[in-house]
Amino acid sequence: MKIQQLSLFLENKPGHLSSICQTMADAGINIETLSLADTKQFGILRLVVQDWEKAKEVLELAGFVVNVTEVVATEVEDRPGGMAEVLEILQSGNINIEYMYAFTFRRGNKAVLVFRFDDPDAAIKLLESKGCSVLAPVELFSSGD
Amino acid sequence: MIEFWNDGDTPVHPASAPDYLPGAQLRETQLHRLRVVVARAYEKVKLFRQRMDDLKLTPDCLESLEDIARLPFTVKTDLRDTYPFGLFASPLSEVVRLHASSGTTGKPIVVAYTQGDMDVWSSVMVRTLTSCGVRRGDVVQNAYGYGLFTGGLGLHCGAEALGATVIPISGGNSERQIMVMNDFGSTVICATPSYFLHLIEVAAEKGIDMKSLPLKAGIFGAEPWTEAMRERIEAAGGIRAYDIYGLSEIIGPGVASECRVQSGLHIFEDHFYPEIIDPETGEVLPEGAEGELVLTTLSKQAMPMIRYRTRDITHFITEPCECGRTMRRMRRIGARSDDMMIIRGVNVFPSQIEEALLRVEGTLPHYQIMLTRVKDLDQIEVQVEVTKELFTDRVESMEQLQQKLGESIASVTGIRARVSLVEPHTIQRSQGKARRVIDNREMK
Repeated sequence: MKIQQLSLFLENKPGHLSSICQTMADAGINIETLSLADTKQFGILRLVVQDWEKAKEVLELAGFVVNVTEVVATEVEDRPGGMAEVLEILQSGNINIEYMYAFTFRRGNKAVLVFRFDDPDAAIKLLESKGCSVLAPVELFSSGD
Repeated sequence: MIEFWNDGDTPVHPASAPDYLPGAQLRETQLHRLRVVVARAYEKVKLFRQRMDDLKLTPDCLESLEDIARLPFTVKTDLRDTYPFGLFASPLSEVVRLHASSGTTGKPIVVAYTQGDMDVWSSVMVRTLTSCGVRRGDVVQNAYGYGLFTGGLGLHCGAEALGATVIPISGGNSERQIMVMNDFGSTVICATPSYFLHLIEVAAEKGIDMKSLPLKAGIFGAEPWTEAMRERIEAAGGIRAYDIYGLSEIIGPGVASECRVQSGLHIFEDHFYPEIIDPETGEVLPEGAEGELVLTTLSKQAMPMIRYRTRDITHFITEPCECGRTMRRMRRIGARSDDMMIIRGVNVFPSQIEEALLRVEGTLPHYQIMLTRVKDLDQIEVQVEVTKELFTDRVESMEQLQQKLGESIASVTGIRARVSLVEPHTIQRSQGKARRVIDNREMK
């Protein structure tokens, strides 16, 4: 299962990130996780939220350019070597990772790795065949507490 | 049309005969045609008649050519306000061709031609090509866009009427342009000057030196360009580069053209009557003074334009031309009134920046040009708003985009610019249109 990730273009200037967060807060949308890739001049903010369609709508209304990308979330043990095992599987299958980021769940000892692949379907097939748990949106966003 | 003509280098071509009309005869023709066209517009075009009535004028007011200054102006918004057919003076049953120009905002403007208008268009294009040295036997590669834009089909009908061999390749597909140029032995290229500069580069990438091809002349127009660009084109292309001028509202290409002397453009004033006015007051300026070019179509049937304000700034060149033509010359159009920049000594137009951005993106994003001066050196920064179409989640693609935009600007203008990607809606718009140039240079 693939997860919809929102990406936003932002200039590398004070206050630009907080205005995005404020827009989301005003709409009552919780940011599940995020990652920020930046260069000297601009940044690309990637967000994972439950109701991505609503988030996209409010962000676009606020004037941001929003891009939707399919990413793959896998669950790993939150322990030394947990991530390395997944990366090894991907490497063995010659799967190219465009970028990735990670976060930990509030529950249990699991961490989630979010991957952007060239070919997400091939990656999912490989990961599942090796027994990795690829998360569906419902699992990713189900409240743990 | 030119059945018995095989002239080699003879400077005067029969089709060009009207270019050499003696002054008195020319003025007589102009006055006669002006009376006819004003009477036609008054009778058939509601907007024009209303304006004449408001000024308490009738077509009889034209005692002499100077009386044209009494007539009301026509402006571009008149064409938009009467979209699509409101300024036509002929019923559609007599209209054989429609063209449209896009403009930068909103609806296009529509222009119409009767068969008689088409014949005039073709004849002024023959005169244009002839004055740029094109002859029967030349292979004319026409890289102006075909379609609603007047450039492509205008050049086409003229080159065909002249008896040249026309390659209607239209714009784009640069590699095929080079292939055709090489394989068909094109001797003349018709294109925007910036596109031709691009072609020179594409050829070089393919290991072809443009100078080694049979190409000898370029017919360049549809955008302002500069002497510096001409020098680069002539040196790198091994050709003579001629400037032509025209606008859809008047007829398309074929309003004015350079000749072999390449010093100003002869206006085909037996069909298009030129005036230079003060753009602020609307007063006609003395011969030789710089101002806005105003044109009146003297023979147009389907869509007569009376005193159309072109917004192009130029002046008449008062000395007679070495080529012998009596048609008045105007200095090449450098700028629309407000927009030329001189950066590190190079003339740059926002239209060139637009062309460069368009080439990369396909559509024109909002952009702004910032000029600063650091340690006596001009710096140009082009800020480009990131649009939905351009944006991806990958840093690498965005950096590539930035780089491609920079390269495209360098290739069109010859100067290096810093390209900054900015968030949408951050460039200030005034009346819906962005202020294109912010000049923060401190001139000492």
